[in-house]
Amino acid sequence: MKVLVPVKRVVDYNVKVRVKADGSGVETANVKFSMNPFDEIAVEEAVRLKEAGKASEVVAVSIGPATAQETLRTALAIGADRAILVQTDAEVQPLGVAKALKALIEKEAPQIVLLGKQAIDGDCNQTGQMLAALLGWPQGTFASKVVPGDGVLTVTREIDGGLETVELTLPAVVTTDLRLNEPRYASLPNIMKAKKKPLETVTAESLGVDLSPRLTTLKVAEPPKRKAGIKVSDVGALVDKLRNDARVI
Amino acid sequence: MSTRDSLEFDVLVIGAGPSGLSAAIRLKQLANEAGQELSVCVIEKGSEVGAHLLSGAVFEPHALDELIPDWKDKGAPLTTPAREDHFVFLTETKAHKFPVTPPQMNNHGNFIISLGNLARWMAAQAEELGVEIYPGFAAAEVLYDEQGAVKGVATGDMGIGKDGAKTANYTPGMELHAKQTIFAEGCRGSLTKTLFETFNLRDGVDPQTYGLGIKELWEIDPAKSQPGLIVHTIGWPMDAKTYGGSWLYHMDGNLVSVGFVVGLDYANPHLSPFEEFQRYKTHPAIRPTFEGGRRIAYGARALSEGGFQSIPKLTFPGGLIVGDAAGFLNVPKIKGNHTAMKSGMVAAEAVYEHLTGGSNGREVVEYPERLKASWVWSELHAVRNIRPGFQKGLWAGLANAAFETATRGKAPWTLHHHADHTTLKKAAEAPPIVYPKPDGVVSFDRLSSVYLSNTNHEENQPAHLTLKDAETPIRVNLALYDAPETRYCPAGVYEIVRAEDGTAPRLQINAQNCVHCKTCDIKDPTQNINWVVPEGGGGPNYPGGM
Repeated sequence: MKVLVPVKRVVDYNVKVRVKADGSGVETANVKFSMNPFDEIAVEEAVRLKEAGKASEVVAVSIGPATAQETLRTALAIGADRAILVQTDAEVQPLGVAKALKALIEKEAPQIVLLGKQAIDGDCNQTGQMLAALLGWPQGTFASKVVPGDGVLTVTREIDGGLETVELTLPAVVTTDLRLNEPRYASLPNIMKAKKKPLETVTAESLGVDLSPRLTTLKVAEPPKRKAGIKVSDVGALVDKLRNDARVI
Repeated sequence: MSTRDSLEFDVLVIGAGPSGLSAAIRLKQLANEAGQELSVCVIEKGSEVGAHLLSGAVFEPHALDELIPDWKDKGAPLTTPAREDHFVFLTETKAHKFPVTPPQMNNHGNFIISLGNLARWMAAQAEELGVEIYPGFAAAEVLYDEQGAVKGVATGDMGIGKDGAKTANYTPGMELHAKQTIFAEGCRGSLTKTLFETFNLRDGVDPQTYGLGIKELWEIDPAKSQPGLIVHTIGWPMDAKTYGGSWLYHMDGNLVSVGFVVGLDYANPHLSPFEEFQRYKTHPAIRPTFEGGRRIAYGARALSEGGFQSIPKLTFPGGLIVGDAAGFLNVPKIKGNHTAMKSGMVAAEAVYEHLTGGSNGREVVEYPERLKASWVWSELHAVRNIRPGFQKGLWAGLANAAFETATRGKAPWTLHHHADHTTLKKAAEAPPIVYPKPDGVVSFDRLSSVYLSNTNHEENQPAHLTLKDAETPIRVNLALYDAPETRYCPAGVYEIVRAEDGTAPRLQINAQNCVHCKTCDIKDPTQNINWVVPEGGGGPNYPGGM
């Protein structure tokens, strides 16, 4: 059983993201990039499936610039077998990514597509769902537990107020939540081996997919700064402030 | 320990800074030219190359010209030529520009750079030549063979919990073995420090003396940007007894690198280098540059100021020391990147000759000989008396500097240094210093600053700032010196916390905040604090531009 793991190159989670001076977007020049943490969880889970003898091959896929090769090498160091980069310098949006993945999936024929529930840059939380819809496959989103069975996958989902367990008939799309696993440290020998694993680069055109953005960003702004709090002397002053300044009562 | 796997290389380099990368590049250049197989591996404790590099930096391209003569065609990030030098004396309210800039501070032909970006570019050049570079792996331990020669290093274990027990994610460290190990850890390297002791490398030389550099990167109002402008100040807010000064460099893209260096031989335990820097920015001549701008990064790093007389023995069986781990900074020029690079290149040439020349010795004695014949040695010799001249205060130091510059260091004497941890006066004997509150416009507090260093350490790991004795921080540091670590640490790592009634003080170590500057390891009066490497990948994540 083959597992396909789409991974995204995003601004590293340690970086304090800053809006460009002209408000056209987020500063990405001179900024550290790394793999979307939710995707790292997806890679880890796929590798664990393989180590448990439940999966035969783990293929990592990324859609993005040439530098996304580094992200794919990270996936290979964690334990993916090979990688495919759909190279594009254009801004990628969930629908375009889902279409490109669909085209690749038709070629690769995986039984499971395992990906992060969202990327920490756009926080869209759309790609997995759109992909399932385009493929007409069942989906198990926000997975905190994945148990493979005979032609099925039992997925425990994190939902508001608790956990929901669903059984998906394969092939299926699963998106990962934070508690699914804790990714391993890539060891030095595995990083070395990853340099020699196959990494194929294709273009979006060769897949017959139009990646051009459907959404236009009008403006990016930082959230308003929170004002410093004040101390009030007594209850009367508090009620007065709430009524007349904050206008909440 | 026996469960660790090992890997073999011809040469292992510890640290992907300017000296380590220069050594790696030069080694592979020589091997490739001769058609020789030579495996060169570089490990780096930062999460990526450049993540832990912090420098002003005005860069003298001398060494780079020699290493990669076509650096311009290869896209080296030297894009802002130095255009104008100002050397300014500050009083509390006034700024007096010196009519002439000291010759060491004439930067014609130099470039204002981001050292992190230069190293990232150098790493790409090195990889192209066949160097293997592994960021995120910290060298935690020196390995010795039966004869006592260095045979490599071990990387730290990953996944050890706060309690010292292995977690589910435990990954043991690796042993990396090499014929020669080049230690390029930078100022106050934690393994280099152990080598000094093991091989008595500091016998007969002056103690190293250090400075602490604190830096911010700003995006300023485009109307105020003057790419290529270099401003150095001395004087206020330092008193006349304390060595220190500022830099302010205008780079392309409306960026300004601003920072302050305080000599760590300062005497007053109440002094806070961080707050001196913050208040410097409020000076009426400095403040306008930053108004209307925004601060985008923050960091700090110690630098070696001992110069010529503090250079240790550089080799030992199985390895050698390059760059600021040895201490090749030229203090009057306030530059060490070119000398660090050159030392790496010279070491590489000596190591290559040693390994391919069939020499049986385990010690590359050719390295110091070659270095002594290079421009690094004469350059450092000529300025050796300038920094120690400032031990008698600013004015005596300036007069001595003028004399030494005029005579080009030909004086028959050499002035000496003291170890920085011995220079603190008792808190009761030194005047308290009251620092202004940060205004939130040009000056800030420690925590909001550390936030901009993007520093991060995996939470569940033992503190990498270790105490030899748990009582000393209260019994000595607090009692006699009023806990100076709470002030000299630029990252708010050290805090004295007390019970609600004000009794039972204890030292809290917020190791997660650490930006790996090494100041505590240097300045702690009883040398009770020992800085060791945390899990690889931990520490600051300085952005490009820093």
